[in-house]
Amino acid sequence: MQPLTNRAKVLEVRPLNFMERLYIPSILKGMAITIRHMFRKKVTVQYPEEKRPFSPVFRGLHVLNRDEEGRERCTACGLCAVACPAEAITMEAAERQQGEEGLYREEKYAAKYEINMLRCIFCGLCEEACPKDAIYLSETFAPSNYTRKGFIYGKPDLLIPDPVREPEAFAQAQGRIAERKATSGRTS
Amino acid sequence: MHLLAIDTALFLEKLSMVAVVVFALLGIALYTTFAERKVAGFMQDRHGPNRAGPLGLLQPLADGVKLFFKEELIPLASNRVLFILGPFIAMFTALITGAVVPWGSELELFDRRVSLTIANPDIGILYVFAVVSLGVFGIMIGGWASNNKFSLLAAIRGASQIISYELAMGLSLIALLMVTGTMSLSGIVKQQMAGGWGGLLGWNIFVQPLGFLIFLTCVFAECNRTPFDLPEAESELNMGYHQEYSSLKLGFFLFSEYVNMIVSSAVVSTLFFGGYDMPFVDEAALAGQIGANATAILGTLTLLAKIVFFLFLFMWIRWTIPRFRYDQLMELGWKKLLPLALANMLVTGAVALLLNR
Repeated sequence: MQPLTNRAKVLEVRPLNFMERLYIPSILKGMAITIRHMFRKKVTVQYPEEKRPFSPVFRGLHVLNRDEEGRERCTACGLCAVACPAEAITMEAAERQQGEEGLYREEKYAAKYEINMLRCIFCGLCEEACPKDAIYLSETFAPSNYTRKGFIYGKPDLLIPDPVREPEAFAQAQGRIAERKATSGRTS
Repeated sequence: MHLLAIDTALFLEKLSMVAVVVFALLGIALYTTFAERKVAGFMQDRHGPNRAGPLGLLQPLADGVKLFFKEELIPLASNRVLFILGPFIAMFTALITGAVVPWGSELELFDRRVSLTIANPDIGILYVFAVVSLGVFGIMIGGWASNNKFSLLAAIRGASQIISYELAMGLSLIALLMVTGTMSLSGIVKQQMAGGWGGLLGWNIFVQPLGFLIFLTCVFAECNRTPFDLPEAESELNMGYHQEYSSLKLGFFLFSEYVNMIVSSAVVSTLFFGGYDMPFVDEAALAGQIGANATAILGTLTLLAKIVFFLFLFMWIRWTIPRFRYDQLMELGWKKLLPLALANMLVTGAVALLLNR
């Protein structure tokens, strides 16, 4: 048969000769290999100190976005909840009252917006479904928790910091996104 | 009353020596477990434990504390007394082997010459032999009392392995004793120190290379180290004789293995590598220059360095060679090492006879 590669090695089966039966040469050979490995570069990633760069398409925890003036973009249309194959998203809509124009961008907003991170499969379909660019997936993942309740993320956990009232925190969050975009641009 | 007139100073001296040796053995064993994991890591391109303390140096303490606080479990079906006795025998025999090893020459303290050997019987090597063989009782009793099939198999394996390798070990030692003419360990060291190049040429490894090889192989088998770790073979016997053990009793079993390794390394160094003899250095001349005490301490450090080398060898081999199959182990012991040791003994005897003529 035609070999696929030229790396095929013909093995001859024969009883070991005297030198091989002594074992010692092969043991020394093996020991030479292991001692060489002692001085090799370590493959370990020292996790908390050293982090592997995320892939540009990594999908992590959700973030609810705001616009430039710090108003929530979400209008509680429910498209994300419909798109969600794991049915992890629930929301309750409410009407914007007088004097709340600075808080919500449109007349309708999500009074309650919850994602169950135990159900979520991080597929990113909610991000794709959203017509208002209100939800996107960041590159952090859900930290561990002692209770199931702790994995239900509400609005306070999901909302990005307000650019008007908390410019520093917002800049930080934005910076992370920009950084991620920059690195993804470099790698792709 | 003359019979009861015990030399108090001698008593104190030996007592402190015992304390030092026991604690040093335990301390070194503690860090040998750490070194083992580090070496394993490095040989597999990993870092090994490096989280507890700087460079992971507190890891053995963490391990010890963990073992100490684990729940103590004695299986209902086990033989309670023997179950407890097993690890204690293992630990006890491991520790008392260190009694006859000459850890150094002599210190001069308070106008006394303090020997750095706890006991120096004329049959030191026989004592080592006897006690090391007793060590297998720890495995056997522990494995049998567990009332567990795996443990029992491990105990059987351990016992038959020790018997098979003890013979070759003894025969290789007989050849060595024909050369040295003494069974006292410090006597053997003193003989080796007399060789050329500051003692290096006097080392018995040059007189008995084959004997050394056989002895080393048997030491690996006696210590239950890979490639002869059949009694604890994780993959087939599920940790073998200490499967049912938990808490500090498990710790004793694991620890006694390391203490055994250290003492075996010390015995190998003493028998074949000149013990506390510094190569290329004439100890008597050095003692004239920097004093007898400093020389003795340097000698002890030399022995420690040799021990560390052998400990590393133990680990190096462990992370290189796979385990022998059981029939291969028996074949190597009975069909290869034993005839080889016999031949070695015969040749040594003939040569010794010719030279002494």
